[in-house]
Amino acid sequence: MFNSISQLIEKAEQEQKSIADVMITQEMEVTGRSYDEVYRDMEKNLATMESAVDEGIAGVTSTTGLTGMDAVKMQKYIDSGKGLSGDLTLYAIAHAVSTNEVNAAMGKICATPTAGSAGVVPGVLFAMKRKHDVKREDMVRFLFTSGAFGFVVANNASISGAAGGCQAEIGSASAMAAAALVEMAGGTPRESGHGFAIALKNMLGLVCDPVAGLVEVPCVKRNAAGASNSLTATDMALAGIESRIPADEVLEAMYKIGLTMPSALRETGRGGLAATPTGERLKQELFGEQ
Amino acid sequence: MKYKSVFDIIGPVMVGPSSSHTAGAARIGLLARSLFGGQPAHADIYLYGSFKDTYRGHGTDIALIAGLLGYDTDDDRIMTAEDEAKKAGLQFQFIEMEAERSHPNTALLHLVKGEEQLTIEGISIGGGKIELVSVNDYQINISGNYPALLVFHRDTFGTIARVTTILGDNEINVSQMNVSRKEKGDVALMTIELDETIDRRTVQEVREADGVNRVIEMKES
Repeated sequence: MFNSISQLIEKAEQEQKSIADVMITQEMEVTGRSYDEVYRDMEKNLATMESAVDEGIAGVTSTTGLTGMDAVKMQKYIDSGKGLSGDLTLYAIAHAVSTNEVNAAMGKICATPTAGSAGVVPGVLFAMKRKHDVKREDMVRFLFTSGAFGFVVANNASISGAAGGCQAEIGSASAMAAAALVEMAGGTPRESGHGFAIALKNMLGLVCDPVAGLVEVPCVKRNAAGASNSLTATDMALAGIESRIPADEVLEAMYKIGLTMPSALRETGRGGLAATPTGERLKQELFGEQ
Repeated sequence: MKYKSVFDIIGPVMVGPSSSHTAGAARIGLLARSLFGGQPAHADIYLYGSFKDTYRGHGTDIALIAGLLGYDTDDDRIMTAEDEAKKAGLQFQFIEMEAERSHPNTALLHLVKGEEQLTIEGISIGGGKIELVSVNDYQINISGNYPALLVFHRDTFGTIARVTTILGDNEINVSQMNVSRKEKGDVALMTIELDETIDRRTVQEVREADGVNRVIEMKES
């Protein structure tokens, strides 16, 4: 099994395979399942993501009322033609928000790599579908590539906000999506690695400070930020820009930052935005405690 | 390596809002149910760290109950698990613990049904992945990725050999094995991870082996 980004890239280069294929082959070896079985399971996850994207765009609200209906606003804004960022970015924002609004409303989503960050990868992926009408098969492969990079993150650092802060969730998701988008756009495995590193570097230090401990504020909007950061990193990597710090070292930095982060900023709802006067007031209103 | 499959990363399909605090919690409940051999009549659930601080917002409590009822991470009944528990005759209470444990997302479940009792401690390590860290206060480390046998036995000479001989005679390959005890000469716990699911007859043989008190079977998750 590959256990670093550099190993993953070398494997893809040596075997002249895409990263998606390296991941599929490893999954077959580890689980003893066939190509079709593995592929079909990922197709099901893709279908769950698509339903969540559509559900959020149609409009959902969480039981607390803290989040919801912002994907609808975003969609109307896109339809108005007044958007500034360009279609792909606007779609990515809308789809990331919609997925995470569904998650906050206890709807069904696919964790990528976690539920709190579940909007980033589908946000980018379904933006590509809408803008460039990518093939279903390429969408499934995008998920395997994202998964390959996420696999290294999970085994060498963390994908848990409670352990590593939001950088480990939205940061990881954003870097995974950037790496996969580079591959989808025809970039090399090495460029995927740079896309991953650039995206993750831009998210280092991000704390996990959910208001009232809910996966709502600021999680939903951070998914939008993670998705647009993916697009930035992808375009930079495809332009040939390289990360000065290698991907594996960025990952190690992320892990060490997580270790030194105080617990108040690691998904306890006790620091950061959760500890602002408004954050405290919302918690009081919802749960009647300080 | 803790994560072995791409579906640990892209997945699980689940009811929101948190993979560690909702899906992971449901999986801890499911694992506890499986180790208990069915649904308990009563469950005392102790929550630590981030689980204690944020369980209400993440639905950690209802997800743990849902797991004890046998619901998986993508089951819509997670939302109504408290009502379902009443119907199913499962009583429960949550206890918020101030102490620090080895991992910030820790739940300890004490399950009771008649004479049967079991205490298990699970941690949720991210993305819905969980680990079992103790059973009846014996420290163990099991991923749940493989089938396993938990054998409580008298800490005397020869018991471990008898159990492994039974497995060997039945051509069952052991992938990892651990023994933990609280005090010398007391009851010890043998944790045996296996490459494949073990048949009922072999489990029965282990149960009947001299020195063995109790055997809990853990199926592949």
